[in-house]
Amino acid sequence: MEKTLATPFADHDPPSEEEDVQFAVFTEERQGLLTRVQHFLPVFPTAVPLIVLILSLAGFGLFAGKGFFSAYNMSLIVQQVSIIGVLAAAQSLIILTAGIDLSVAATMVLCSAVAGQLSVKLGLSLIIGLPLSFAAGAGIGWLNGFLITRVKLPAFIATLGTWNIFYALNLYLSGAQSIRGSDIDTAAPILKFFGRSVSLFGTQITYGSFLLVIVFGILWYALNKTAWGRHVYAVGDDKEAAELAGIPTDRVLMSVYVVAGLICALAGWSAIGRIGAVSPTSFYEGNLQSITAAVIGGISLFGGRGSILGPLLGALIVGVFQSGLRIGGVDVLWQFFAIGWLIIFAVAIDQWIRKFSA
Amino acid sequence: MKEGAAAKAEELGIKLQTYAGKQDGDADTQIAAIESCIASGAKGILLTPNDSSALVPIIETARQNGLLTIMLDTPLDPADAADATDNFKAGELIGQWAAAKMGDAAADARIALLNLNAQEITVDYMRNQGFLTGFGIDTKDPTDIGDEDDPRIVGNEVTNANEEGGRSGMESLLQINPDINLVYTINEPTAAGAYEALKAAGKEKDVIVVSIDGGCPGVANVKDGVIAATSMQFPLLMAAKGIEAIKAYAETGAKPETSPGLDFFDTGVELVTDEPMEGLPSIDSAQGLEKCWG
Repeated sequence: MEKTLATPFADHDPPSEEEDVQFAVFTEERQGLLTRVQHFLPVFPTAVPLIVLILSLAGFGLFAGKGFFSAYNMSLIVQQVSIIGVLAAAQSLIILTAGIDLSVAATMVLCSAVAGQLSVKLGLSLIIGLPLSFAAGAGIGWLNGFLITRVKLPAFIATLGTWNIFYALNLYLSGAQSIRGSDIDTAAPILKFFGRSVSLFGTQITYGSFLLVIVFGILWYALNKTAWGRHVYAVGDDKEAAELAGIPTDRVLMSVYVVAGLICALAGWSAIGRIGAVSPTSFYEGNLQSITAAVIGGISLFGGRGSILGPLLGALIVGVFQSGLRIGGVDVLWQFFAIGWLIIFAVAIDQWIRKFSA
Repeated sequence: MKEGAAAKAEELGIKLQTYAGKQDGDADTQIAAIESCIASGAKGILLTPNDSSALVPIIETARQNGLLTIMLDTPLDPADAADATDNFKAGELIGQWAAAKMGDAAADARIALLNLNAQEITVDYMRNQGFLTGFGIDTKDPTDIGDEDDPRIVGNEVTNANEEGGRSGMESLLQINPDINLVYTINEPTAAGAYEALKAAGKEKDVIVVSIDGGCPGVANVKDGVIAATSMQFPLLMAAKGIEAIKAYAETGAKPETSPGLDFFDTGVELVTDEPMEGLPSIDSAQGLEKCWG
């Protein structure tokens, strides 16, 4: 048997050997490139958003022309995404556990209203106002976590409910009226702390921009270097398996929602500095913008996959698009159009890579 | 506006139910609210129409069911009456004021326009086009924002009529042209946001910001020099008038009257500024603070 099989091979081998060798070399080269992409991207999961960011910077640099690449405009883009970026950090943390939080922006606005009403309108000391706004953030996170882990509601439903509740409370607390910047300046200037800025080499970097980087830095450390972080990924990847492995999954989830609530409160403080007022009507679509930044940044909505640094890049990409289209004088409806395609494009690339790396 | 209606309703012993859309331009919620009113046997409806054309059919239905339909803020054709303010006039006043304030420099003004949103609803284009008309700029189609080709206009941005949008919109327009010296804003929170952007760029002293509304925080901002002039409207009066009209209709069947020459009852608009210009009647911010709403 072996011999009869071997014979035809031996017969045909000599003439085709050279071709075979060449062909093999060729495929090896092609596979080599793909393999490199396959190996590179899972190791650096932020590579896709990073590439998209660089491409969009280059594209809008050509399209929007003068002024876009100035140091000032670059720092301005960071300022403009500083609030949504921090919200995206909270959102991504939750999405990593296979959850979603539709209430992030409402939580943020409510926390800023708490701080503003207590320290400016009621004239209470800041020692009460700011800590209470953080307490509100933590309490809101706890409530979301409770509804999800104890009442067993899907995160989408629980936070769809709390979004409406917090939005209503925010309008009630503020009477749908903004607190003016100059009133904050006299009563509680520290509320505008994150609006202060430093100028370096023609840029203008607000404390809120630093906050954005610091929040992502701390979350990156916590998610990658601590047991808690590994647990967050494990719960998001497969909750039952995590449970069987001895991870207290409900406690991990609860901690994630409370941390997210605290981050939202921080975003609320930063927002007062950014817009110079306590505004009950701003950031109405912040929840969807935070989800947009997270998915463009490569965070899987199914949980357990993606780097926390991705959403920072995702937020910056959206900021670059908005700035570029505005400076280019494009009508606002085409901004929506472009961001829509951006989401589809970024996530499609991500899926494509996952197919190859699987 | 709700407060004005509630106060008047209590005074006259009328039962008032209030509904609200979530955002400017949210017609869907308003249609549902009108359906609820018809179903509950209400005598009349006061409505601030969010999206004029989308609301026409449901208002006709309400009228056929015998409800008195009164529009607040923005008149709408099939309704019985409107207690409205002339948003075009409100824009025109601040446009005229800005032109007078700038004098000869108005010929080389660099104008930023901060509008509501992409839907360009009635109040949005009325205020914007009114301002441009008052300033002396050809608006072309008076229902279309942004079709103007006057070189003095640097650009239009949408802001969702809040501080955040005002700041981001202003920042972008300053990137297009840092020499902007006149800013129109759809309302006073937007103006406050735009002022923050100007302050961050160190330009707040060189730029004139004008606005519309007459809310108390806005008038206080006129006093502080954040807003140079604002057109004050009277939403509480609109609502109170509307409640009175429904009471009269329920008791006698009488329909409300309109202001001479207009197809609605004009609750008026007043210019609030601490720098009065000749030929333009105005009140100062101290008087404004007595009349402001909210």
